[in-house]
Amino acid sequence: MTTGGADLVRMPGAGRLPADTATVTGRNLRRLVRVPTLIAFATAQPVMFVLLFTYAWGGAIHPPGVTTYIDYALPGIWVLAIAFGASQTGVAIADDLTTGMIDRFRALPMARAAVLAGRVTADAVRNLFVLVLMTGVAYAIGFRFHAGPAAALTAIGLALAVGVAFSWIFALLGLLVRDPESAGIGGLLAVIPLIFTSSTFVPVATFPGWLQAFAKVNPITVTVDALRALCLGGPTSAYVWHALAWIGVLLAVAIPAAVIRYRPAVGRQRPA
Amino acid sequence: MTEQPAIETLGLVKRFGATTALSGVDLRVPAGAVLGLLGPNGAGKTTAVRILTTLIRPDGGHARVTGLDVVRQAGAVRRAIGLSGQFAAVDGYLTGRENLVMIGRLSGLRRVAAKRRAADLLELFDLTDRAGRTVRTYSGGMRRRLDVAAALVAAPAVLVLDEPTTGLDPRARLGLWRLLGELTARGTTVLLTTQYLEEADRLADQIVVLDRGQVIATGTAEQLKNRVGGGRLELRTRPGDDPALLAAAMTGLGSATPTVDADAGLVVVPVADGPGVLPDVAARLAAAGLRVSDLALRRPSLDDVFLALTGRPTTTPFVGSSR
Repeated sequence: MTTGGADLVRMPGAGRLPADTATVTGRNLRRLVRVPTLIAFATAQPVMFVLLFTYAWGGAIHPPGVTTYIDYALPGIWVLAIAFGASQTGVAIADDLTTGMIDRFRALPMARAAVLAGRVTADAVRNLFVLVLMTGVAYAIGFRFHAGPAAALTAIGLALAVGVAFSWIFALLGLLVRDPESAGIGGLLAVIPLIFTSSTFVPVATFPGWLQAFAKVNPITVTVDALRALCLGGPTSAYVWHALAWIGVLLAVAIPAAVIRYRPAVGRQRPA
Repeated sequence: MTEQPAIETLGLVKRFGATTALSGVDLRVPAGAVLGLLGPNGAGKTTAVRILTTLIRPDGGHARVTGLDVVRQAGAVRRAIGLSGQFAAVDGYLTGRENLVMIGRLSGLRRVAAKRRAADLLELFDLTDRAGRTVRTYSGGMRRRLDVAAALVAAPAVLVLDEPTTGLDPRARLGLWRLLGELTARGTTVLLTTQYLEEADRLADQIVVLDRGQVIATGTAEQLKNRVGGGRLELRTRPGDDPALLAAAMTGLGSATPTVDADAGLVVVPVADGPGVLPDVAARLAAAGLRVSDLALRRPSLDDVFLALTGRPTTTPFVGSSR
């Protein structure tokens, strides 16, 4: 009998988080591949960033210590692309709230953090693709890693870790604003000032003094400096530890806040 | 075990800020029964559903599903229920099959069981030939069927359907009614909310009428309709004809005197017997040599029931209440 359930094999209830996260990750990756505009933007935007910043700004900006601007700029462009991508996570979470998808998940006996963790994991997969794509394009126009393959791989890993922290923050934002359009605008509002007041495109030494003070503690500066050190060579460990500490702090705040918010954000939603 | 109700609420209260969505609601649904929760927009139906499905906490009272408390044993309640909410909450970018497998996996089914279950439900809900297409390409009726199928994936003891046919065209509505009728015939306990008496009539064993967060009537569809006093026959004169003549010809036909709306050329006759009066109507028209431009037999609608119970039509905006 079709509605009977005695023959259905259930998994044990405890320890569901990895399996449920994998299921939700699969859902988000499928969506990414199937929304034609999404995949076009996800591919074209990072490539455009690499080409635009290299050819439009590269002639004007000559940071010390590099011979080509792309060597200086690529680590920053990685972070820019990852931050823009992560802002879409807020949109997606807010969208799931408004369409009732999160209600459906909430009424299932699944691990509570899995909806968010699955989204973040899918973002990390997308980010890996974007990082490799951007680096490939950059290579074609003259970018080179100067500190060897181990440092290069560490750089990619660190960039992915930054992406995870951003995704959790934007997931929290999506849960807080609950409206997809607001989440999109709010996400960019958060990203753009942080990017431009960091070492992403230019050395912070060129900023006025008061802005330098902020720029030096801006987590984007810290992260970009660590990535740059891993790409260009020279002493890296202080930068990397500093970046990891920031990532740790962001995760320690954003993950519990988002997971806690996940429940009441749904609870507060008024019946339609 | 058999005597334990599948759903039981006692004095359920829920407030949203200054508004009270539920003010002391008692419900009892025996296992295997179908309860229709009937009421206009903002009556508190969805709030009751959201409490029973662990989505929100009540501010007062108790709710139990298969004997489990929806607050203290929320996790166990989620294993016992299937929810099809007011929006068809299926992922448009996944295929029908992928949606069901995903819900199955998240309900705790192992991969093979989830796939088999998805295939069975797609078959049952007549979606097999579109199973590999993304849900974006589905019609509203297909989406809704998939949504109900998703609620059934884990073979829940209690199925909760929040306005399952809202927004569907009449044909899709009839199709879903037929499917839900088959399901309920198999003994699944169902809580169904609806704005349509006809829907509750068709699917529910027992109906609870909710208004402004309170239960205002309970009974079978028949009992509720009897409180309204059956249906009514509406006859419209041809332009230029005198509706008074028509009314005179119909006097004595129904359970009360015909009323005349001269401007609209409309004669309304309350009738308890429904279609049974039609031969008599035809005979009276022929005998009087009258013709009509329109003839309609109206069953009591939710509006009629509601008006009879509250003295207030359902279309009245409920200022400051519910929602």
